[in-house]
Amino acid sequence: MVEAQKIVREANPEFIEEIIEYGSKFFGREEMERLKACIQCGTCVGSCPSGRRTAWRVKSIFRKAQLGLKDDALRDDDLWDCTTCYTCQERCPRKISTTDVVRIVRNIAFRNGIAQARHLAVCGYLFKFGHAVPINDEIRGVRKKIGLKELPATVHSFPEALKEVQKIVEETGFKKVVEEAEKSEKK
Amino acid sequence: MRRSRYAYFLGCLTPNRYPGIEAATKDVLNAFDIEVLEMNGASCCPAPGVFGSFDLFNWAVIAARNLTIAEELNADITVTCNGCYATLQEANHLLKENKELRDRVNEVLAKINREYKGTVNVVHVVEILRYEVGLERISDATIQPLTGIKVGVHYGCHFLKPSDIRHQGSSETPVIMEELIGAVDAEPVEYKEKLMCCGAGGGVRAAKPDIALDFTKEKIDNMLAVGADCVCTPCAFCHFQFDQGQQELNAKIGNGHYNLPVVLITQLIGLGIGISPNRMGLYDQKTQTQTLIDKIRLE
Repeated sequence: MVEAQKIVREANPEFIEEIIEYGSKFFGREEMERLKACIQCGTCVGSCPSGRRTAWRVKSIFRKAQLGLKDDALRDDDLWDCTTCYTCQERCPRKISTTDVVRIVRNIAFRNGIAQARHLAVCGYLFKFGHAVPINDEIRGVRKKIGLKELPATVHSFPEALKEVQKIVEETGFKKVVEEAEKSEKK
Repeated sequence: MRRSRYAYFLGCLTPNRYPGIEAATKDVLNAFDIEVLEMNGASCCPAPGVFGSFDLFNWAVIAARNLTIAEELNADITVTCNGCYATLQEANHLLKENKELRDRVNEVLAKINREYKGTVNVVHVVEILRYEVGLERISDATIQPLTGIKVGVHYGCHFLKPSDIRHQGSSETPVIMEELIGAVDAEPVEYKEKLMCCGAGGGVRAAKPDIALDFTKEKIDNMLAVGADCVCTPCAFCHFQFDQGQQELNAKIGNGHYNLPVVLITQLIGLGIGISPNRMGLYDQKTQTQTLIDKIRLE
């Protein structure tokens, strides 16, 4: 009963269309539309290695999408327990792109300023170094010792290439999304 | 016949944490007469479950920029990380299929004077070794057979899945790693939950390290239970999670129990064809590899 009242009160029927629309820009629309066909059979949950050790139940996101429980879906901290292993997507009997839906819902959460603090730090590395995992002094030493150049032939060796990456994150608006999420995180 | 050549996309973990994987891969491919080209100025792929979870469009543009570097070299890309493989292979697939996306991506790339054309393919180093070099040549080149070495194979999720995009055959019954391991006369061992994730992907290692470690513990426990001498992966990120993760488990549990050597597939083949462990960075990893090296030399 409580759940039903909540749905009546908070439902956002456009949520599922928002997911489909967002995903269709990258994946096929037909694939995305299959999200509507989820019957909560649980094959995904039964396949999920994260769900065996956490409270994450991947099928809940599909139900929340169908019911329009957008806020619930975006604010569910367990959403970030998925390792994107794709086992559920491989096995879904309705051929729903389950893991892709998880990524899309996370994208929408990010745009709404909902992010993990440690993920924002990883974004910072990308913006500053062009690598999510930049080099350190220890590895510079190892590289020399085993006969490689001290710095790899990546953005680490080519400052103008790093500028290209930095230009991209501004042009796509991603840097701004991250800055906004940082602001709401501090609140 | 023109000599085969590949643009080696390094990513982050390989050059910046496990340079021994970079050295091993270059040496192994060179040993089989394959030319390895540097992708000057390449960046983070960017990671599929991390940056793909944050903003798919930005993910696609940075991936496309990396792809254009190989297009300029007119060479197919190879990788030693399943994350890089997932991003570059999938982005390449989506960009080739979806003109609207390609146009939007190229609009951004135009601002840095680049254009994605869709002229190269992304091939995992495992595929090159299995299908281009072939088991017979690897076997013939094996001067230090790994006879009696029990290997716990860890495929890593993104090498196999999603299978309709990766095209590596069944994601439930793969054999390609076992075939390569057999070529240097090592013995792949079956263990419980062999195809389970290492725990690191999807940003879980970054945001929720204890959950990631719990996966890792289960995997290593299962490999130890069947007497594995090492874990072998085709992925620098899984490699990192197993190598660094075991020391994190030791620190957390405090029993020093987790010391299973971790080798990437090119390091394992490198051992078989006589590349020195030092050159392949095996003495510079977080978890010891000495027990493996000693056992190979004793056999």
